[in-house]
Amino acid sequence: MNACTEPERQALKAGGLVKAGLTQPLGQMPRGSIGRILAVSGMGDRDVERGLLEMGFVEGACIEVLHYGLLGRDPLAVRINQSMTVALRRVEANAVLVGPLLSPAVGAASISNRESNPS
Amino acid sequence: MTGGILNADNARMIQIALVGPPNSGKTTLFNTLTGGRQKTANYPGVTVERKSGRLRTPVGHMVEILDLPGSYSLRARSPDEAITRDVVLGRQAQEGLPDAIVCVTDATNLGQHLRLLLELRQLGRPLILALNMMDIAQKRGCQISLETLSRQLGIPVVTTVAMRKNGVRDLLGEIDMLLNQAPTTAGIVAAAAWEEPSPDAIRAYHQEVERLLKEAVIQEAAPERLTRELDRVVLHPVAGPLILLGILFLMFQAVFSWAATPMDWIDGGMASLQQWFSAHMDDSLLKSLLIDGIIAGVGGVVIFLPQILILFLFILLLEDFGYMTRAAFLMDRLMSGVGLNGRAFIPLLSSFACAIPGIMATRAIAHPLDRLTTILIAPLMTCSARLPVYVLLIAAFIPNATVWGGIGLQGLVMFGLYATGIVGALIAAGVLRLTLLRGGRQPLLMELPSYKWPNPANVLLGLLDRAKIFIRRIGTIILSVLVVLWFLSTFPAPPAGATEPAIYHSFAGMIGRGLEPLLAPIGFNWQIAIALVPGLAAREVAVAALGTVYALSGDEGAVTEALATTLAHDWTLATALALLAWYVFAPQCLATLAAARRETNSWRWPIFMFVYLMVLAYVAAFITYRVALALGGG
Repeated sequence: MNACTEPERQALKAGGLVKAGLTQPLGQMPRGSIGRILAVSGMGDRDVERGLLEMGFVEGACIEVLHYGLLGRDPLAVRINQSMTVALRRVEANAVLVGPLLSPAVGAASISNRESNPS
Repeated sequence: MTGGILNADNARMIQIALVGPPNSGKTTLFNTLTGGRQKTANYPGVTVERKSGRLRTPVGHMVEILDLPGSYSLRARSPDEAITRDVVLGRQAQEGLPDAIVCVTDATNLGQHLRLLLELRQLGRPLILALNMMDIAQKRGCQISLETLSRQLGIPVVTTVAMRKNGVRDLLGEIDMLLNQAPTTAGIVAAAAWEEPSPDAIRAYHQEVERLLKEAVIQEAAPERLTRELDRVVLHPVAGPLILLGILFLMFQAVFSWAATPMDWIDGGMASLQQWFSAHMDDSLLKSLLIDGIIAGVGGVVIFLPQILILFLFILLLEDFGYMTRAAFLMDRLMSGVGLNGRAFIPLLSSFACAIPGIMATRAIAHPLDRLTTILIAPLMTCSARLPVYVLLIAAFIPNATVWGGIGLQGLVMFGLYATGIVGALIAAGVLRLTLLRGGRQPLLMELPSYKWPNPANVLLGLLDRAKIFIRRIGTIILSVLVVLWFLSTFPAPPAGATEPAIYHSFAGMIGRGLEPLLAPIGFNWQIAIALVPGLAAREVAVAALGTVYALSGDEGAVTEALATTLAHDWTLATALALLAWYVFAPQCLATLAAARRETNSWRWPIFMFVYLMVLAYVAAFITYRVALALGGG
C-alpha cells in the first residue's frame, strides 16, 4: 500500500500538495492537498464510522480535498482513490485522520490501534 | 431445463432483482431491459415505489425485473434503502425472495461498488455481477479480466452498456443460463441469519475488494478530467451559488413562459367541454354537477399539469446530468443552519410545482427527523395552485407600475410572496428542529457522481411517471372532494326570491358565514370566508368559488378578469394583502395532507402540519392587515 497507484501519481503531478510528515484531521486539510487516510474513528459514533467506511473512507485510501463551501468552508468535496467524489461536512471529516500520501503501509496494526488512539 | 429455477415454483413469474449503488446506471439498465413494459406501484405501508417490468429472454422465458432503490450497502439508512434490504433478504411483506439478483456496478468505480456485491454474495442467492458503463471505462483505458473476477468471486460476471440496446445481450444470456440451473435453497438460511456488518467487517470488505481488483484489473482507468474541471466552476465558493441561482431563474422563467400556451389549450378545451354539455343537456342536478362541479374543478387542477411537467423536466435533466447533488452541496450549509440537510433541497424544489411529489421525494433523506422536518415545511414552497389566487389579487390591487428603474411592481410582489414562503419555511424548520423535532443530525455523506449526458429515455419515463401520479390523484382524491364540495355549495337551494347568490344559502355558505366572525379580525369578509371553505380542499378552487359568490359566470378567464374589477371595487387593499399573506401559509390542500399521512404513516403529523400552518396563516394575515390599515391601506 505504500506505493502510489498510477492515478495517484497523476493527481500529484496535477498539482496536489503533499504535506510531508503532517498528520491532521481531514476537516483541517487545505484545499488541493492530498494525503492517505490513517484512521477512521467516527469519534465514538459507530454509525458515523460505518457511514464513512461505506462511502469509501477507509484506512489506506488516497484522499484529495477538492472544494470547500462558501460559508464556514463547509461542506467539503473530496476525491477518494481518484475514483469517487464525496461531499461531507467538516464535523464528520474531522473523524478521518489523514497523513502524508507517501507514508508507510497502513496495516492491521494501526487499525487495531485505532480504538485506543482516537484522533 | 427440468429441475431449473423455472420449475421451482410455477405459481408465480420468475423474479430478478436489480440491486446496485446509486449512480451505477441501474435505472438506465432497467429501462433498457424492460423498455416501456414497466409498472410502478407502492409497497404496502410505506410509499416507496415498487418499479417492475417484464422482459423476454433470448430463449423465451418471461421474467419480472424488479428495480430496487440504490444503496451502498445492505445496512439501510433511508426508507428507500430499507426496501432494498428487505426484498433481498425476503423480509418484505407480499414479496417473495427474488429468484436471482443482478448486482449493477459502475465499471469505472469498482473500488467502491464491489463491496455491495460482497455483501450480496454472502446471502447465497443466485447472483450475477454486471459491470455497467463499460464503454466509458474502456474509453478511459480500463482493462479488467472478467474471467479472473468471475473465478475469484465464484459468480458470473458480464459487462453491460445500459445506454445501448445490444449492451445488455451478455446479461440476458447469463440470466438464461442461471434459470436453467438447479434452484438453491441455501440462501434462505443465509438471508435469515443476516445482520448489519460491524465497522471492522466493512474494513474487511474493503481489503477483499482491493485484493480482487489487484488480481483482476489489468489496467486502471485514468481519472476523469471533465468532471473535475467542471466542478472547479460549479462548486466554486462564489461562482457555484451564482450558477445555481441562474439555473433556478431560468427554470422558473421556463415554467411560466413555456407553460402558458398548453395551459391556454387546456383552458379552452375545458370551456368548450362545458359549452357542449350545457348545450346538449337539460337543466338538471346532474348537469350542474358535471359542469360546475366536475369539469370546472378538474379543469382547474389539470391546468397545472404543463407547469408541473416543465419543472420536473428540468429536475430530471439536472438529476440525470449529475447537477442535483452539486446543488445539494451548495445549499447544505444554508440548510444545516436550520437543522436541515442539503439533500432536502431536491424535495423542496419539487414542491414549487406541487408539494405532493416533493413530499414523496423526501424518501431519499435518511434521518427520520430530517425527513419529517422537510415534509412539514414542503407546503410552504409556493406551489402552482397558489398562482391563480396570486395572479388575481395582484392584478386587482397592485398597480402595474415600475419601481427603482425598470422593475415591475407586480412582479416584485410575486417575488416577495415566493420569498416569504421560503423564509417562512426556513424559520419553521429551525424552530421545529429546536423544539419538537430536536435530535441527532444526519451526516451529509453524499456521492458527487461524474457528469454525464442525460439519457432521453430515463427523463421521458420519469416525466411519464410524474404525469401518471398527478392524473391518478385528480381521478381519485380531487374528484371525490369536488363532488362533496359541489354538494355543499349547491344544497340547500336558496329560498324563493332570495337576493343573495345561491351559494350564500348553501351549507358552504352557512359554514363560511359561521367562520366570518373568526376571520373578521384579519380583514376577511363573508364572501372570502365562503370561498375559503371549498378552497380548503384545494387552493385554486377559491378563485372559482369567489366567482360564484360574486355571481359571475363565464369561463375561467372571463371570471378572473371580471373578478379583478369587482374585487378592486369591493375590497380594501389591506384585505387583499391579508389574503395574500394567508395564502402563503395556509394548508389548503387535502391531497398534501393525505400525502403527509401516507409518508409519516400516522395522522399525528398531518394534523400537526395543518394546525401550525393555520396558526402561521392567521398570524401573518392579522399582522399584514393591521399594518396595512395603519399605513392607510383601509
